[in-house]
Amino acid sequence: MADVQTTSQAILVVGGGMSGITAALEAAEAGYDVVLVERNPYLGGRVTQLYQYFPKLCPPNCGLEINFRRMRQNPKVRFFTMAEVASISGREGDYDVTVKMAPRYVNEKCTCCGKCAEACEAEIDNPFNYGMDKIKAAYLPHEFAFPMRYILDPSIVGTDQGKKCLDACEYGAIDPDMKETTFDLKVGAIVWAAGWNPYDAAKIDYYGFGEYKNVITNVMMERMAAPNGPTGGRILRPSDKKEPKNIAFIQCAGSRDENHLPYCSGICCLASLKQTTYVRERKPDCDIAIFFIDIRALDRLEDFYVKVQADPKVAFIKSKIANITEDEGTGNLILEGENTRTGEQILMNFDMVVLATGMVPNRIELDAAPDVTHDEYGFFTNNPEQPGIYGAGCVRTPTDVASSVQDATAGALKAIQSIARR
Amino acid sequence: MDKKTAVYICTGCGIGDALNIEQLKEEGTADFGIDVIKDHPFLCGQEGVDLIKQDIEGEGVNTVVIAACSHRVNYDAFNFGRDVIVQRVNLREQVAWSQAPKEEDTQMLAQDNLKMGCSQAKDTDWVQPYKAEEPYSKDILVVGGGLAGMTAALEAAKAGYRAVIVEKEDKLGGFLGRMKSTVTLPYKALSETGAAQLIQKVEDEPKIKVYTSASVEKVSGGPGLFSVDIKANGNSATERIGAIVQATGWVPYDANKLGHLGYGKFKDVVTNVEMEEMAAAGKITRPSDGGDVKNVLFIQCAGSRDPEHLPYCSSVCCMVSMKQATYVKEQNPEAVNYILYKDVRTVGQSEDFYRKAQNDGNVFIRGAATQLGEAGGKLFVEADDELLGEKIKIEDLDMVVLAVGMVPASRPETTPRIKAPADAAGADENGMIEVAPDSGFFANSALHLAYRQGPELPTLKYGFPDSHFICFPYETRRTGIYTAGCLRRPMETAKAIEDAVGAAMKAIQCTEATAEGKAVHPRAGDMTFPEFNMQRCTQCKRCTEECPFGAINEDEKGNPLPNPTRCRRCGVCMGACPERIISFKNYSVGMIGNMIKSVHVPEEDEEKPRVICLICENDALPALDMAGIKRMKWSPYIRFVPMRCLGSMNLVWIADSLSRGIDGILLFGCRHGDDYQCHFVKGSELANTRLGKVSETLDRLALESDRVRFEEVGITDYHRIPGIIEEFMKKIEEVGPNPYKGW
Repeated sequence: MADVQTTSQAILVVGGGMSGITAALEAAEAGYDVVLVERNPYLGGRVTQLYQYFPKLCPPNCGLEINFRRMRQNPKVRFFTMAEVASISGREGDYDVTVKMAPRYVNEKCTCCGKCAEACEAEIDNPFNYGMDKIKAAYLPHEFAFPMRYILDPSIVGTDQGKKCLDACEYGAIDPDMKETTFDLKVGAIVWAAGWNPYDAAKIDYYGFGEYKNVITNVMMERMAAPNGPTGGRILRPSDKKEPKNIAFIQCAGSRDENHLPYCSGICCLASLKQTTYVRERKPDCDIAIFFIDIRALDRLEDFYVKVQADPKVAFIKSKIANITEDEGTGNLILEGENTRTGEQILMNFDMVVLATGMVPNRIELDAAPDVTHDEYGFFTNNPEQPGIYGAGCVRTPTDVASSVQDATAGALKAIQSIARR
Repeated sequence: MDKKTAVYICTGCGIGDALNIEQLKEEGTADFGIDVIKDHPFLCGQEGVDLIKQDIEGEGVNTVVIAACSHRVNYDAFNFGRDVIVQRVNLREQVAWSQAPKEEDTQMLAQDNLKMGCSQAKDTDWVQPYKAEEPYSKDILVVGGGLAGMTAALEAAKAGYRAVIVEKEDKLGGFLGRMKSTVTLPYKALSETGAAQLIQKVEDEPKIKVYTSASVEKVSGGPGLFSVDIKANGNSATERIGAIVQATGWVPYDANKLGHLGYGKFKDVVTNVEMEEMAAAGKITRPSDGGDVKNVLFIQCAGSRDPEHLPYCSSVCCMVSMKQATYVKEQNPEAVNYILYKDVRTVGQSEDFYRKAQNDGNVFIRGAATQLGEAGGKLFVEADDELLGEKIKIEDLDMVVLAVGMVPASRPETTPRIKAPADAAGADENGMIEVAPDSGFFANSALHLAYRQGPELPTLKYGFPDSHFICFPYETRRTGIYTAGCLRRPMETAKAIEDAVGAAMKAIQCTEATAEGKAVHPRAGDMTFPEFNMQRCTQCKRCTEECPFGAINEDEKGNPLPNPTRCRRCGVCMGACPERIISFKNYSVGMIGNMIKSVHVPEEDEEKPRVICLICENDALPALDMAGIKRMKWSPYIRFVPMRCLGSMNLVWIADSLSRGIDGILLFGCRHGDDYQCHFVKGSELANTRLGKVSETLDRLALESDRVRFEEVGITDYHRIPGIIEEFMKKIEEVGPNPYKGW
């Protein structure tokens, strides 16, 4: 990839989620050259896996489509998927960056005709659906994938299955010899918008995630509610694919807890409130209980909380659930804890439990990285003494989409300043 | 420039298997003066693209019709620069992947799609970006000199842009300047406000001009060309401005309305704003007697999260009270603070400050105050303690602090009444009408826009002039005017700074795009703009009333006065115009009309109905693509015509279609209503409203109203599309063929 060169007048944006896409486009639309690198085989990040946004209950793909159109028509943005930053050296106005690209085994000749997937018999856990279903090992990551191009899972490359894909493709798009490549960039400023990961719920051992099938996380719930998800949009408990009659949401699963994430993840209250509407839309008689410490619905989002409170079949119970056990016969879950409002001991039985797990930021962890500061939780700190690399979105603070986009727009200007100052 | 048009048909991805390509080449392109017609088995491959490039370079082809996949893919392969017009025709998702192969109906669909594409290419002209005669300004006007305003100006200056601040007070600083301390990242302890340093930086910055004791008297023009009249200390000045950031801040909720919490009755009941000012001035003392303060109770959500007062949460009050509790403790380590709350809302890392406040020994009580009184010169508060489950009484209080919320400075005390438009319902005998929150009149004066659609930014619920869009928080209904800080949403200082930087970015971007004749969001980069053929204008004012962005002014006779730099290129004006006088170079009433006319309407006895679907290209069209990718099947009798926004739908297309024998019309647009998803605010709603007026046309033609239908189709509704079409086709079958066939 020797043809990838930029001048130090360009901006590198790391992460192609909502924050990264925004930072890239806002800078490009002001006339600056931008290179965007994204680790996934598609752009869009976490929000592509959400069914709806709170509070409007609108589909994330709607805004993404507009952003992708902005990107299609703007030659100032170049983007690379399956790409990760390997090293950064230099200083504000003059960075040397090495980018590592993982092999996709499908080249730019792919027309998305789908013949490789038809020919392929091997299946893998579907990463887009958090492994809740299977997908062919030659696959389009999801229908709205941008760029729209298939990918071969490394497990079938060099096998009979890989050969079947190769033979099926009429356009010479399958390339089993693809290797990991690297290329170098010179840029003047960097926006770090690498996003977040859900907190590993298995670490909260008293909730039994990973052990009890019917304990899922909030991000899995999003996929379940999505029409293109593992259940075709039906909310079913994993153990027996039955519709749950009652569901518990456990807030602050790991958050606001000094043994896990001491901070508040900012969005989980609204996410669970939103997910109650998913349940209600599908099952008018399903009972829902939300176990919470505080409900944190800031500014006009309070209206959404009020709306959900009006649902008579949603109970808000102030309690930190202490323990979950599974009834082996039924797969039901028994929740224990104290109702801090009434002082009573809770012993309640649910068909399914959703853990509102929090956000863990993706910090800069490179063998070679210039001076950047993170706080004790791994959130990026924009330090005025260290200009040139700017955090944007959930790498700085756990927050919702609108705030991430605001922050990323700000990040674009900070990056422009680093170039303009030279 | 003379057109030389070439048509390229891709036969890959199953297109060649589904269609008779030779027949398509012949019948799909006749009547359009096509110079070159070729097919290729892999058009997006290097060989296919080279084939096209050879014809561009060798044959002088300057207009290319690509009949292949959706325009959403291979956009880069089929980009031949601005001098070559590219028209995409969908034969893949909408034909080969969703229809039965080698069927006559499939072939006819492909032919119609190709004919529509050729027709559209024929009517498309090269785009010449708008260029005003006057020079463009790239200076940023910032209204409001508080934290957000000063930050926006400084950050713009750091990027090399000049800024002008207009502040109504006699000095900069806003509420920041009245604070003792702030709590901000990393939320471990109190921080200095930094107000003095920030003001100094602004005053030292040569790129920033500051007007204090000043107000904006009038804003006219548009982005890049704003003319702003400013009155400062009795003097007048005019500035040429490129874009505007409004950061006029907030006012505290009027505590006089909180009599039930003792405000106005007991001197030692104060608001959090009064508490802050007292702390900033030096010492916190009892207002009643100036005595020392030992026991303080903070009542959270005083008037907030309360349907009788402010239904929303003001976001910052929890932290403010903890901050002020810290002041009390700093002054007297023996002091005791009680914080009576509903929910403690310290999100993100600010949870650390909550933990600190708890560790400092402050007493947090979850509950609501039921009574407040005085005994022996001290206050007491009775409350329901939710956690103890009992009534409690806290006595011997020196002070009670009401944590009142934030009201946007844009919200007026009373709902304004304005002179009602001629056809408005609900006007009083004086012709005055109460205006709705999003009317543009519903705001305290700050900008004085000389706009046909009102002098201020339209606001959302509760008077915040915020964006309605989650993905696009800087979306604005007045192009080039962005809001920042607590004006648009209650927010803490850290967020207000971020927001101000973001708003400065958008303002800068708007000036840059405008100078190049480009549109800003959501059709960013679009260089087309509407042109008005004024000879035929009947002064009906529909365009000036319906423009979602207030881009069109009006002269005293009612003639539209377009401001192209305010325009967002949605085409709503074009859809509104009954005289069809508004056109873009590549989008016009005539163009879409000709496309529809190019659809072949079979004779009645052939029993092949025809339906035209006008489809929003932002959401419904991608959904249709998805349905094709999923290999869903639908009727071959429907023809899709993409719209920039369904709001650009002109009723003449429906009338013309029906009078030609088209059996039905479907409109696919975005959700409208309170949670509208239309990227142009009210385009889909306007289309739906216009449809209400189509009954006249139907009556005149003696046709059934069932033939025309509006459907909300979101981008993820692809699984619903085949069902919607099937159901509509059934209805068309029921009402029978359009009697105008063959006329």
